[in-house]
Order: sequence, then C-alpha cells, then structure tokens
Amino acid sequence: MKAVCWMGKKKMEVQRVPDPRILNPRDCVLRVTATAICGSDLHLYNGYIPTLEKGDILGHEFMGEVVEVGPEVKKLKVGDRVVVPFTISCGGCIHCSRTLWSCCDNTNPNAALLEALAGQSGAAIYGYSALYGGYAGGQAEYVRVPFADTGPIKIESDLPDDKLLFLSDIFPTGYMAAENCDIVPGRSVVAVWGCGPVGQFAIRSALLLGAAKVIAIDNVPERLRMAEAGGAVAINHDEVDDVQDELRAHTGGRGPDAAIDAVGMEAHGSVYDQVKQTLKLENDRAYALRQAMRAVRKGGVLSIPGVYSGFVDKVPMGAVFAKAVTIKQGQTHMHRYLRPLLKLVEDGKIDPSFVITHRVPLGHAPQAYAMFCDKKDGCIKVVLDPAM
Amino acid sequence: MGRGRGRDYTGRTMPSPSSAIRPKRGKKGSETPIVTPVSARKRVAPSRQVVRGDRGVKVTRAVTIRRSADELYAFWRQIENLPRIVKHPLTIERVSDIASHWAASAPVGDRRVEWDAVIINDEPGKLIAWRSREGAEIPNAGTVRFAPAPGDEGTEVTVTLEYNPPAGKLGAWFAKLSGQEPAQQVTEALRRFKALMEAGEIPTTEGQPSGRPQNTKAKRS
Repeated sequence: MKAVCWMGKKKMEVQRVPDPRILNPRDCVLRVTATAICGSDLHLYNGYIPTLEKGDILGHEFMGEVVEVGPEVKKLKVGDRVVVPFTISCGGCIHCSRTLWSCCDNTNPNAALLEALAGQSGAAIYGYSALYGGYAGGQAEYVRVPFADTGPIKIESDLPDDKLLFLSDIFPTGYMAAENCDIVPGRSVVAVWGCGPVGQFAIRSALLLGAAKVIAIDNVPERLRMAEAGGAVAINHDEVDDVQDELRAHTGGRGPDAAIDAVGMEAHGSVYDQVKQTLKLENDRAYALRQAMRAVRKGGVLSIPGVYSGFVDKVPMGAVFAKAVTIKQGQTHMHRYLRPLLKLVEDGKIDPSFVITHRVPLGHAPQAYAMFCDKKDGCIKVVLDPAM
Repeated sequence: MGRGRGRDYTGRTMPSPSSAIRPKRGKKGSETPIVTPVSARKRVAPSRQVVRGDRGVKVTRAVTIRRSADELYAFWRQIENLPRIVKHPLTIERVSDIASHWAASAPVGDRRVEWDAVIINDEPGKLIAWRSREGAEIPNAGTVRFAPAPGDEGTEVTVTLEYNPPAGKLGAWFAKLSGQEPAQQVTEALRRFKALMEAGEIPTTEGQPSGRPQNTKAKRS
C-alpha cells in the first residue's frame, strides 16, 4: 500500500510498504477513505517530538471502511463505515471507566519511555512517535486499528466524509477546549489564541455552548477571516500595539473570562524562545501561553488544547497565582465527544467541512505538508484522499 | 533523564540499585516492606541462604489492576501463565502443585539458565511466595501480594523479587537481560499483566508496516 512516511526533519515521502494486518484479537483493519494533516503533525514534521523514527507512518485523523476484524471484535463488521478517534483507549482500565479516555493505562507498548519523561504514560496515539506508542498512522491506504470496539464510531447516515472526518480529532479537541472554559451562557467572554483548525473549532464550540463573545487572536488574515465568519471578533496581533490592551478594550476592562491557548509549542513572536528551542535548551516556545496567562480575567480559566512536549521557560506562575486562574488542559478525552458531536453534525448545528481549504491525493502529501507548514496558498486544513 | 531508574510504577522514588543491595530498614523508599520479607516467614529458610551475603538485589514494584484479587491470584497460581507477561523468552514447567522448573535462554555459548523453584507460602487471594531450590545458578526468591485498592477500585498487586547476581559471563548476560535495571523488568511484567487482565490483550506494534528499508523490500511493486 501507499503510506506517508516521515524521513527526517521537513522530509516526508510517500512509500510503498506492506499492508497492515491484524496483530491482536481486538484489532480491525480499515481501508482509509479520508485522512487529514493535523497542526500537531507539524510538530513531528519540524522534528520537535523526540523518538520519531525515519520511516514512521504519520496521521491520526482518518476514517474509512472496515475490511478485516480480529476474533475479539464484537461491535464492528466488515463493510462498516467508521471514524476513528486519534487516541487509542482500552475501555477496561480505571481511567477509561471514568471517561478519562486519553489517560488510558493499557494501550502504549512503550509506556516506559513516556513514564521517564512525564512520570506516567497516557493513551497511545496513531502515528505520533515511539513515545506515544509507535503505532503506524492513518495517512495511508490502509490502517490497523487496535481496540476496535472501544474507539471507532460507526456512521449510519450517508453524510459525506468531509463533514465527519474531523470527529477524529480537531472538532472534539476544540469542543473540549471550549467546554473546559466553564462558559456561562450569555455572559462568558472567551479569547482564543491561534486560529488554526483547533482554534476555529474552539471558537464555534464556545459559541455553541453559549459564550456571549469570542475574541480570536492570530496574524494570518485568512484565518482571522474564517474566525470572523464563525462569529468571532478578530484581533491581528501584528496590527495592534498590545494584545492585552486590545482585549481590555473588548471586555470593558475586565479581561476575558476564559483564555484558550490553541497555539502550543511552536508559537511565533519570541526570538528568545526560537533560539532556545533551536539549541534544544527548551522544548516549547510558549509565547501565546504567557500572553494568555497575563490577559485572562481574575478567577478565570486558562484552557490549553495546544500541544506542549516538555519544558517551558519563563512561565508567569505569579500571574496565574495572583489572579487565582484555573488551568485545564490535556489530550482530548475523545470517546466522550464522538456521539454528542456526531449528533450536532447530523442535526445540522455545525458543518465541520468549513475548515477545509485543500483536497489533494495522498501521493501529494509531501507538498501538502510544506504548504500547510508555511501557511502558503491560504492553507488552513488539508484533506488527503487515498483514492485520488 | 533516566529511563525509570529509581522510580516505581507510581512515580515514588525508590532506592537506586546500589542502595537496594543492602536494604536499610526505616529509610525512605525501603521502609517497612509492603510485602513481608521472605526471611521473616515461618516456613522459609533465612534469606541469606537464598541471596547470600551482601550481593543480593531486592526490587519491589506495584500496580493497581481493575480486577478482583481472586482472579489475579488465580492467574499467578497457574504458574505456567507467567511467561505470557515476561517479555524475555522463558519456559516454566509445572512439576507438582508447588514445584516448577524454569528455563531461560542465555546468549552465552547457546546455553540455558535453568533452575527449580518451589512455592513456600500460599494464601489464596492474598499472597504467593517462592524461592529457587538449592543449587540454582541465580539464587532467587519472590513474593506477589494482592490487596484491595482504596474504595474497592481494583487490586493492588505488589511484587518483591530478590536475587543474587552471578559473576562472570553469565553475570554480564544477566545484567544485559535486566538492562542494568531489573526493577524495570518487573515493572514491564506488571504492566503487561495489567493490560492482559483489563484490556484482554497486551498492546503491540510488532509486525506493523513502516517505511524503513527492511520493510519496503517486502512489497515493492
């Protein structure tokens, strides 16, 4: 089959590799009908995630048709159409039983690696380095899906892939980020740093949850336009003197009740962090995080869907303490959101395909990665089609 | 950053292998053992007969599993089950209800390390203790204890292993096998045990495709 492989920093190749097969009794194999490049794939592309190996197949946003099931798979059968959540959860551990799905104890074969870094390991993730389990990803013609009865959601309707694909990650991730803001309908003001795909879904989710106002911060014009189209007030941080002053002006001096950092570890704006990250003295550039910590209202919530991988410098904990800010973050507990968000799509409350700017054949993935990384050609979200 | 060195599964600091050689009672990390040491049990010979002098190594690791103590005990009591959770190739042959014969391959001149083990304490649903018989090349002893977790949310499984690392080539192999960190081996076995009990299988990626050279040859059309 054809698969998108990481072959080094900023080097993707489409290779012919063996087809995946059933390795464990709870596995199934999918024929991938649609897959996407995620903003977090760019952290891999740019070489910021340790333990990624040359030849690893990337991709954690995908859907498809079941072509093979293992002997212990009870709920799925060959021919079923499914969307697969990007985190792999067993369904049997204490964390799964408490719906803390991304904290699953049992799916990362390399848990010791993550334990060394973080103290404990959570759920494995498709195509996201050995640290997160080393599972081959879904930017391929076929993919193996472990614990198939726990993860994939079966699609009964005939909605097109474009409207369903983002249930695999960015819609639930943006939604959980908004849910973490403890929005009081009609009253809460939410500021969102980063108008990439997750930021876009966070904006729309916050409004669906009743936010009185959502303020979007970025410097890419087409992303700000998309945010405005979704109902947000846009701030271009390159065109204002001070983001915090601007936020005060939009909130009657109070500051936003909740701040969402949908940027993560590769924020732009600080030469200090760029240098330290390049020299490997710091894993993450946290410019947006620091700004959000200073801007959020007293007693407010800081919600972080942006990915951080290791250590961050100069975090203003004094501001977080002085203002009694609550921080909520972590990998998305995907399985919680699949059914409710599928219903929102089926009921026409949201059409997730709004975020797609490019559709290309799987074979064009290397160019698509470069375009997405450089934000060229107005690129916000790329869908890869294995059949094209 | 060390790979788990000096830490147990729950992240508590544990004594480093060097300080574990002679456990000091009452010191942080090696205070009153959760498991009664083999040496303190009635039907057991003093531990120095199993793990002689000051060369013995002792490791303790724990995991919480969302299954009943009886179910977990039953898996361990069926001693032939253990190779399923130990990553290194190992065969265990049941000789009698309490005696077994263990064999592991050692890549030192194609030899195998073999020993006889005997269960020396058995409390159904609570505890199993074993030790190698006289004459074992790597004298060893161990205990697994099952206790309800707080709030009845599963069972805390605690394994204590004591062994006497051999000298010479065999010792070098043994150190390699245990990766200089036998505690990590115990951690991994408990992790696999937990996955098998809670998820019904041990997670793996062995045999999956990748774009690495050895793989691409297999199916290039």
